[in-house]
Amino acid sequence: MSAFPPSPAVRHRSGSFQRKLRRIARNWELYLFLIPTIAYFLIFRYYPMYGIQIAFRNFKSTKGILGSQWVGLRNFERFFSATDFWQLLNNTLSVSIGTLLCSFPVPILLALFLNQLPSKRYKKIVQTVIYAPHFISTVVLVGIISLFFSPSSGIVNFIIQWLGGTPIHFMGQASWFRPLYIGSDIWQNAGWGSILYLAALASISPELHEAAVVDGANKFQRILHVDLPGILPTIVVMFILNSGKVMSVGFEKAYLMQTSLNLSASEIIATYVYKRGLLQAQFSFSTAVGLFESLANLILILTMNFISKKVTDSSLF
Amino acid sequence: MKKKKTGIRVSPADRIFDILNYVFLTLCLLIVAYPLYFIVIASVSDPTAVYAGKVILWPARFTLEGYQRILDYESFFTGYRNTVIYTVVGTAVNVLITIPGAYALSRKDLVGRNIFMMGVTFTMIFSGGLIPTYLLVISLNLYNTMWALILPVAVSAWNLIVARTFFQQTIPDELLEAATLDGAGNTQFFLRVVLPLSKSIIAVMVLFYAVNHWNSYFNALIYLKSAEKYPLQLVLRNILFENSLGDMVEDASTLALQQRLGDLIKYGIIIASSLPLLILYPFLQRFFIQGVMIGAVKG
Repeated sequence: MSAFPPSPAVRHRSGSFQRKLRRIARNWELYLFLIPTIAYFLIFRYYPMYGIQIAFRNFKSTKGILGSQWVGLRNFERFFSATDFWQLLNNTLSVSIGTLLCSFPVPILLALFLNQLPSKRYKKIVQTVIYAPHFISTVVLVGIISLFFSPSSGIVNFIIQWLGGTPIHFMGQASWFRPLYIGSDIWQNAGWGSILYLAALASISPELHEAAVVDGANKFQRILHVDLPGILPTIVVMFILNSGKVMSVGFEKAYLMQTSLNLSASEIIATYVYKRGLLQAQFSFSTAVGLFESLANLILILTMNFISKKVTDSSLF
Repeated sequence: MKKKKTGIRVSPADRIFDILNYVFLTLCLLIVAYPLYFIVIASVSDPTAVYAGKVILWPARFTLEGYQRILDYESFFTGYRNTVIYTVVGTAVNVLITIPGAYALSRKDLVGRNIFMMGVTFTMIFSGGLIPTYLLVISLNLYNTMWALILPVAVSAWNLIVARTFFQQTIPDELLEAATLDGAGNTQFFLRVVLPLSKSIIAVMVLFYAVNHWNSYFNALIYLKSAEKYPLQLVLRNILFENSLGDMVEDASTLALQQRLGDLIKYGIIIASSLPLLILYPFLQRFFIQGVMIGAVKG
């Protein structure tokens, strides 16, 4: 706080309704700054929420949203009783939970080891390289996967043949969809994900390390007893937040990795909504499916956030 | 042999640890770098040699045929040009809306700020979903226009919050008080004091938004009909997955030869489309990292 008498900018909590109005009037320019942002959120974020009601209607584009007939929960009943419902749910959850469990620890390991590297220059080189794949587009990433894992010309199958095995048609087998999806996710994002943990490690007091050295702890013991406890809060928060997202698997990568042969593993809710909604124009039905996914997510995130608040005192909201 | 800065000798256990650490991280480095390197060498090697597994460390029978064929491929250039336009215009819109909006939201004396922030945060955990958004874009007559790729993503809630956090951390209340005493209005203060102090957050925003525009294909997939408006990523998708190489390879005599030539072109096109980002990234790395760190304060 400044030595000045409290200015209007600081004394913001006190004040009657009139004072509030005066504050609005004085800061009218700030509201001008905000108009485009507010307009964007109202039009492109909140209006679609209003449009969700077509999930409970039989939407006909000629009749518009309000003119279409109410059908109650019929679209949801159709989805829950569809033969592929359980498979969709299973596929979506296995991809996301698999990604969470396999991908989550890697950035932590990278950060712990990078942090202990004696050569700062080599550390910088490793960081620069392992961050790089984060900037590759999904299209290019999946393109790389399909070239590398091609049965006839992929380098991976060369290695398999060289080791005496028979080539595998990776992109054409449902059982390989998840390993490829998760493996490429780690390849692309583990390095980038380590930035957060490196920042947390940098904020651990050097005195703790010095004390541990005096006590005769070697580097490995210091990782276990100084570094790991030091970043544990970050780890817990990240895990809880990530696990709140398990119902939402991004459309882009799964859709690009889909082939007619691996559909039984690669068809997830997001791709299903796209196909039913935009390719087959079943607007109401696919809105209902999308709403199911969004609501499940919302509940998960709020639950996880609640747990995080209780357990770690840190939360998103 | 080696002494630590503190003057304590490196113990044998630590030396073993250091060696294992170097091995582990070098392995990680190679796992990430080798595929990228392989794409580079495969894009300039005779595809027959790649098929025979002879391209491992160095290009074999060096050729630029892949790149030559890409140069003759018109859709690729149209896509490139479109992506540059969409990225420049889209990022300009993003930043022009986000920066003033985030600054206003960072002001403690903004009446209603908590309501606005709740409104923004809620969109991060719940959305109308694909179909209602699609129907909105149709009814706004944005379908098959450039604006369908720009307006629906005009502001990212996450970036808005990152920029707001930056302003809260870097613009002290005292500056505003002093400026107010000098009779400066909010606009003057924003333009003369805040913006000059905010070069780094502007750079962070430009980079985050630009990378997203450059790499996105989904909105183009659902909102664009005319092929001549396709951005690079959609052209790439058609080349990489739909095998729509068409006349690029049709002069090759056999199907097998066509496929090899096709792969050569694919390697080249991956390089050509990712090059701008991969070249610029090491120089801009600190901005990206700064952005992640500011975001972490809230996360």
